[in-house]
Amino acid sequence: MRLPVSLIRHSLMMGVASLPLLVAAAPGAHAAGMPQLDFRNPLLTGQVVWGAGIFLFFYLALRGWALPRVGTVLENRSQRINGDLDQAHQAKADADAAVRDLNQTKKAAAAEAQAHLDSVLAAEKKAAADRLAQLGAKLETEIAAAEAGVAKERAQALQSLRPIAGDVAEALVRRLTGVAPDRSRIEQAVATVAARVQG
Amino acid sequence: MAGGSSINVLEQFELHPVLGGFGEALRFSQAPVFMIVACVIVLAFLHYGMKPAAVVPGRLQAAAEVCYEFVRNLAVDTIGPEGVAFFPFIFALFFFILAGNYLGLLPYSYTFTSHIAVTFAMAMMVFILSVIVSLKVQGFKFFAHFMPPGAPVALAPLLVPIEILSFLSRPVSLSIRLFANMVAGHVMFDIFASFVIMLAGLGFFGDVLAVGPLVINIALMGLELLVGVLQAYVFAILTCIYLREAVSH
Repeated sequence: MRLPVSLIRHSLMMGVASLPLLVAAAPGAHAAGMPQLDFRNPLLTGQVVWGAGIFLFFYLALRGWALPRVGTVLENRSQRINGDLDQAHQAKADADAAVRDLNQTKKAAAAEAQAHLDSVLAAEKKAAADRLAQLGAKLETEIAAAEAGVAKERAQALQSLRPIAGDVAEALVRRLTGVAPDRSRIEQAVATVAARVQG
Repeated sequence: MAGGSSINVLEQFELHPVLGGFGEALRFSQAPVFMIVACVIVLAFLHYGMKPAAVVPGRLQAAAEVCYEFVRNLAVDTIGPEGVAFFPFIFALFFFILAGNYLGLLPYSYTFTSHIAVTFAMAMMVFILSVIVSLKVQGFKFFAHFMPPGAPVALAPLLVPIEILSFLSRPVSLSIRLFANMVAGHVMFDIFASFVIMLAGLGFFGDVLAVGPLVINIALMGLELLVGVLQAYVFAILTCIYLREAVSH
């Protein structure tokens, strides 16, 4: 419940106005030598009347002028502090969100880089395997061709070796025996040895 | 003060007209002068204290703000939310009495709170205000407070007059407390100061002995500084308590 200020003001004014009457109506308690109780002294009642007016002025000056100035400054400070606190809280929330975003971005970038790396590695591995397979196939072909060439050359060499072996055998027999051997028997013997060597 | 070998400690409370015949005609004594001085000091303190209106206050501004918040908390904590409306009144009362008490401690000054007429006037102002607020807020239920709840009806003829007497004695106790404290303090000052002067007139030994009452007077000054603020606080907080009873249903 809030009391209207006018009630207080009116009550105060009534109270202040009634004071001189109360003082004047006080019993004539005049103690000899005690100036405070010398109610016959007009200055004593006068100070109450003056005091009532001065206090009323003091109250009105405080209520209407001095105290609102202090209240305004305190209110402004409170608002400013609250505003600054709100701003600080907002800035902290923004900073937290930025850090969260940064972490998320970093995580996403790391994941993306890892995926890219994995894909590049996989592609490179596949390419290397393909190249190796191609090279292997090529080498197989070349080896096969070389082996075929070697076999052919060997066969040709063996073919050309028989007449030479026959001639050498005939010359050896003729030198050893002085008799010309039968050419057909020599060729048969060479063929037998050649078959044994080749076999 | 000391007059010859006799001591008139009550002389300091006498009222004298100021401004000659004009003051006499208007019944304007030194008491209203010091009331005006007290009000001007408090208003000047608030004015110059709050002049910078800085967010980070200086010493004077901080002091003004401390005074404001102290009395505001006193009013609101004691009376309740309704205390906000009474805050300027409590502030005026507290600082009027405080400034009056402290002004009286200065040499050649006058303590207007040492007059029962002034303190009783202020107490009556508080009393009438609390009665008006009680009647406004509580209506005729206000008179029910004179019969304690739960008490046997048969005791009403005894209890009701006691309660009424207790209620009516509030302004008396409120005013006499402040008046008596101020008078006692200043009488003590005067007595011991007179001792100093009287002993000082007795030659060398008197000079030595005069140190005793002088030291006591210095200690009394410390005590009076405490009493001055304490009495202002007591007056203000009792006002708050009476107003809390007035605004509570």
